[in-house]
Amino acid sequence: MNSLLKKHKYNFLKSQNAGLIIFLLVLMLLLSFLSSSFFTANNLTNVIRQVSINGILALGMTFVIITGSIDLSVGSLVAVSGVISGSIIYAHPDAVFTGMIFGILACSALGFINGFLVVKFNIPGFISTLAMLTIARGFALAYADGRPYVLSSKAFKFIGHGYFLKIPIPVWFLIASIIVTGIILSKTKFGRHVYAVGGNALAARASGVRVGAVQLWVFIISGTLAGLSGVILASRIGSGQPAIGTSYEMDAIASCVIGGASLAGGSGSIFGTVMGFIIMGIINNGLNLMNVSSYYQLIVKGAIIALAVILDQAKKKKV
Amino acid sequence: MTTPEDTTQPILSLRGISKSFPGVRALTNIDLDIYPAEVHSLVGENGAGKSTLMKIIQGIHQKDEGQIIYRSEDISINSPSEAIKLGISMIHQELNSIPEMSISDNIFIGRELSLMTDFFFNQQEQLRQSQALLDKFSLPYKATEKIKHLSVAHRQMIEIIKAVFQQAKVIIMDEPTSSLSEEESQQLFKIIAELKAAGVAIIYISHRLEEVLELSDRVSILRDGEYVGTRTAKNLTRDELVNMMVGRTISQLFPKRQVAIGEPIFEVKNLCRTGVFSDISFSVRAGEILGIAGLVGAGRSEIVQSIFGLDPLTSGTILLNGKEIKIRHPQDAIQHNIAFASEDRKGIGLVMGRSIRENISLPHLADFTRHYFLDQHYEKEETRRISERLKVKTPSINQKVENLSGGNQQKVVLSKGLLKEPTLLIIDEPTRGIDIGAKSEIHSIMCDLAEKGMGIIMISSEMPEILGMSDRIIVIGGGRIRGEFTNANITQEDILHCAI
Repeated sequence: MNSLLKKHKYNFLKSQNAGLIIFLLVLMLLLSFLSSSFFTANNLTNVIRQVSINGILALGMTFVIITGSIDLSVGSLVAVSGVISGSIIYAHPDAVFTGMIFGILACSALGFINGFLVVKFNIPGFISTLAMLTIARGFALAYADGRPYVLSSKAFKFIGHGYFLKIPIPVWFLIASIIVTGIILSKTKFGRHVYAVGGNALAARASGVRVGAVQLWVFIISGTLAGLSGVILASRIGSGQPAIGTSYEMDAIASCVIGGASLAGGSGSIFGTVMGFIIMGIINNGLNLMNVSSYYQLIVKGAIIALAVILDQAKKKKV
Repeated sequence: MTTPEDTTQPILSLRGISKSFPGVRALTNIDLDIYPAEVHSLVGENGAGKSTLMKIIQGIHQKDEGQIIYRSEDISINSPSEAIKLGISMIHQELNSIPEMSISDNIFIGRELSLMTDFFFNQQEQLRQSQALLDKFSLPYKATEKIKHLSVAHRQMIEIIKAVFQQAKVIIMDEPTSSLSEEESQQLFKIIAELKAAGVAIIYISHRLEEVLELSDRVSILRDGEYVGTRTAKNLTRDELVNMMVGRTISQLFPKRQVAIGEPIFEVKNLCRTGVFSDISFSVRAGEILGIAGLVGAGRSEIVQSIFGLDPLTSGTILLNGKEIKIRHPQDAIQHNIAFASEDRKGIGLVMGRSIRENISLPHLADFTRHYFLDQHYEKEETRRISERLKVKTPSINQKVENLSGGNQQKVVLSKGLLKEPTLLIIDEPTRGIDIGAKSEIHSIMCDLAEKGMGIIMISSEMPEILGMSDRIIVIGGGRIRGEFTNANITQEDILHCAI
């Protein structure tokens, strides 16, 4: 029993997750000392609500990154989803559900196009989604004619501002997304295929994996979650804004990378990504509480990303 | 190659070298003398410490104890670039050339000739010198040719030329022939002879003992990190060498058992892939091991990869148990219970960064899926069962395969194919680059499978393996079947004759 315990302890300390948890705890401890308002239920709820937009994007991004690709278009998809659902809800304030579904599905379709370009024409994901980043932004601006759809629908407002069991609705969406993506990635055949394709596409193919189908699906998943994120954001700000979401993809990628995903593919996890976006959210929040100017915040955020990856690399070398 | 060395004095001597890694003692008290103008082979099973020792000479690892004496001076080597400066170069198993750059650029990389200042480099002069080297070693290339257009064998020779150009006095070659054809190997041996004539010392590492005996002046044997001895190759037999390596007598390297051979279970007719192979017809019976012999590049791997659905077929029919089947993707082959173990473990066989368990179950995930979810308990049980049966040596099936030795990786490739008891097993170079112990284990596994009535297609470039294991042999050359032999009273010469 004793030796078993020892073994577990050893494994735990060596694991990727332990490093992240410790990093997060140290960060929280530090912030509790630096700011009296940090460790309050109110503030922490606030942090989690704030991270849900980036969090949902990062969950989708995790799939794409594990296959060894990248999705740069998610920021623009957030805007597409916002203006499409916004336009519907603007015209029919009661059709909240329909508006949301159309906004999300539009992004699934754009994700499909991303994947289709990758699979059919053998374009790297970096390029196909870079093209989509511009196209989708242009589409959102053209669709809304550059102006936001200001939304007054009470029902829609509930999505971004409401509570259920004292927990904000966006957080419920985040939790649901974490559970669903976590299960898909760790408990299904498809999840294994995602890792195999990213680890070695040829070996995956030789093992009977339909590599193209896997690549297509990860972009659809990423697009769909970007759509969901866009709808929630539109509700939070009370309008479908065609110019919103710029550079959101970078925060999503950063969350995955902090969480231990390798841009070379084959590694990463939902748990890691969750830790990644929580850490980013807490840093943002902490810097705000300490009244650090937003200019310096960018510098700190960048440094943290670099630090996280340096630590991760150092640990890999040791093992 | 400028100053003639005194060949009576060792150029490189190791004295009492020891090295430990956390938890393992890799080398204990190794002594070794390397003389100029000698081919000195280093043999031992995987894990015997050959690579660690070479890495110490290369400056990749640092010795814990002992002395390195190079040209009568006690030195320490702290990095590969220091080693190269001293005149110690290594030709790696995985080649280090840059595919998109020219031969000349690859030879001169890191030590470009300057033109006026160091900022510019003198391309004309580099090309001239590289061309002279290429001509000297009679390699039929222009120095401007990109490395990616060269065969593996020729890339390796370019690496050797690079070492020569860097004034290497000691060149270490790690399994240089593992991916070369017979003919290419001969070409390499000629180059080695030339280097030797020019006074270069060669440290030669190989699992191919025939080659070692043919090529070397002296052979040193390591076992479990200890120095066993050094012998003159001339007075050494293969059996003696094997005994020294394993410390026990391996009575029979190929434990082939005769089993009852049943009906044909698999047949291909007139397979053709334009420009690669054509008119391939053969059959395999239950319990039979069909050996496919031929030179590297004859089209053997291409044929089986097309059968398995990895590459397209232009025409031809495939029959399984008498019924025609279509295979357009490896998934189809797997569904028909055909398993394939590739020669290319890293490239096609395994996802190196994932666990043994995930690798073994990857082709069979549908079988482990219950109501959309993986039954991970069942998966664990099954993958553990097969990996234990094939004696994969590992503390846990959750170990990443990149941490396993070559022999164990090969067993994982096999476990992957055998998890579901396939009807037909296609196995390409079953024992390439793995040690003797693991080799005979894999051969005995193959015999077990044949006994159970499985049909096996085995490609091998090692003649003793082909002759020792096959019931029937087909010889491929130039993408066609050159001959078929029943394995009785045939010799290596018969096969080689047919293949060339």
